[in-house]
Amino acid sequence: MTATDAVRPDDAMGSRELAAVRADFPLLGRTVRGGQPLVYLDSAATSQKPNVVLEAEVDFYEQRNAAVHRGAHQLAEEATEAFEGARSAVASFVGADDDEIVWTSGATAAINLVTYALSNATAGRGGEAAARFRLGPGDEIVVTEAEHHANLVPWQELCARTGATLRWFGVTDDGRLDLSDVDAVITDRTKVVAFGHVSNVTGAVAPVAEIVEAARRVGALTVLDACQSVPHLPVDLHALGVDFAAFSAHKMLGPTGVGALYGRRELLEAMPPVTTGGSMVEVVTMTETTYMPPPQRFEAGTQMVAQAVGMGVAAQWLGDLGMDRVAAHERRLAAELLRITEIPGVRVIGPTDTTDRVAVVSFVVDGVHSHDVNQVLDDQGIAIRVGHHCAQPLHRRFGLAATARASASVYTGVEDAAALREALAGVRTFFGVE
Amino acid sequence: MSSLQDLYQQVILDHAKHPHGHGLVEVADGHLGGESHQVNTTCGDEVTLRVDVRTADTPDARPTVERVSWEGQGCSISQASTSVMTELVTGQDLATVERLDAAFRDLMGSRGKGLDDEDVLDALGDGTAFTGVSQYPARIKCALLGWAALKDSLARSGALADRPGGSDD
Repeated sequence: MTATDAVRPDDAMGSRELAAVRADFPLLGRTVRGGQPLVYLDSAATSQKPNVVLEAEVDFYEQRNAAVHRGAHQLAEEATEAFEGARSAVASFVGADDDEIVWTSGATAAINLVTYALSNATAGRGGEAAARFRLGPGDEIVVTEAEHHANLVPWQELCARTGATLRWFGVTDDGRLDLSDVDAVITDRTKVVAFGHVSNVTGAVAPVAEIVEAARRVGALTVLDACQSVPHLPVDLHALGVDFAAFSAHKMLGPTGVGALYGRRELLEAMPPVTTGGSMVEVVTMTETTYMPPPQRFEAGTQMVAQAVGMGVAAQWLGDLGMDRVAAHERRLAAELLRITEIPGVRVIGPTDTTDRVAVVSFVVDGVHSHDVNQVLDDQGIAIRVGHHCAQPLHRRFGLAATARASASVYTGVEDAAALREALAGVRTFFGVE
Repeated sequence: MSSLQDLYQQVILDHAKHPHGHGLVEVADGHLGGESHQVNTTCGDEVTLRVDVRTADTPDARPTVERVSWEGQGCSISQASTSVMTELVTGQDLATVERLDAAFRDLMGSRGKGLDDEDVLDALGDGTAFTGVSQYPARIKCALLGWAALKDSLARSGALADRPGGSDD
């Protein structure tokens, strides 16, 4: 059973409850482009933030601001408690243990952290304990054609540094991962399999269990880009069985500048550090240094404490609402957004039904460039994303340079999807394409 | 919809539908040629543009843009802008092309206000239809894509170095 199958439609929020949710997001109340109400359909790029998250950051600075894990005064204690409490909230939100969550500046930094740790292990750092992370010519790293650049370019770079070879799964015509050649792609040479849980372009949910099983058969590490799943689906990283996962706060109602790397405890313990400096050391002499255990080993320098506290509150807020209900609500939104296919000339890139997909819908309007589509929508106060969405290979796979993308979050309503349909229906007429 | 119609003036829609200079053409024998490939990293739009510069037997002995040809794909703003630019610079000497380039960049930086100088506006011709673009920071790059390709291809052609009086015109 997959995450989306587990959700019953009757879990969805009613209109009164949705109105209460929306009232928590001050930005949704503003107007744009000459006093029109904002229709925000760009949550896959970044989500809006509820009051509790904004207030948590203000409260931290007003009441608790101090250096964490240092100093023995009361403020330092309270700041450290808030910081570690946030780690705990994030960990339980994704089904991890507290010490398996490393703060990073975001998912990009989290994935880069893994790739540079593997590099450092290859250079001999971390000793024999880290020997399992060493890479060289003949080894292979597997990704997919659907990856966001953040889960592709760091692996290309790691291959260039170590001599390993990059391989990948293709994508089917309906935008799902093509695993028909899984046994030819994941082989005894495979050392890492890195893949997105949910595509930020097609919205398709990857068959995590199948990929993890194939990776385990050959002893490869698995790295999950969970940016587009954690904010929208119930995610239990222990149950999924991946070795590492990355996600960003700003896509899950939290602040920018913070995210998390999840790593299985025994792997983080064996991994050499990447960024070094203060706050991650035990004993420093003029010639050598010993390092703290994870997660602190990977958190050099002053951390983004207020943002981390905000991320913890965002996780708590989503958890209190219930991710089953969030997923059910967004599943209905996915169906509503997919109704754009009723409009002549509109074509969706990705699955056109709601099975194993989230409410991220990329599309093209035949005869009208995506930037021009966007301009017409923006003129009516509708915010979507256009371009390649940091996934050029996937766009190339479909022979496209750019698509338009509408995406929902917990605060999106069916009215937003209706506004999109109404505006889209006029696009081809405006540009004289029939 | 007024600001939208202001942006997509009919002249822009017409140029986008029937762009001038579309389709790469070989550089004539004895002429200088330069080619440039430009990408708008925001959206992946791209243009490959080739310039053909006549250096001998030109009016006042000034090197002249004989032909601009290009291919690419992009939004209506980038396609129309490249088309209008092709019309504006064809047959012009390089000093005039440089002035047109500067004038169009000034227009794009005008935040929707346009330019005051009537002579400059006259010289820009259909190019003034892009005044509305300057209100939208995200679209200015679209309008400048072809101009960037022209500037680069002229530099690559070697024609700027040959020009009497150098490049400080």
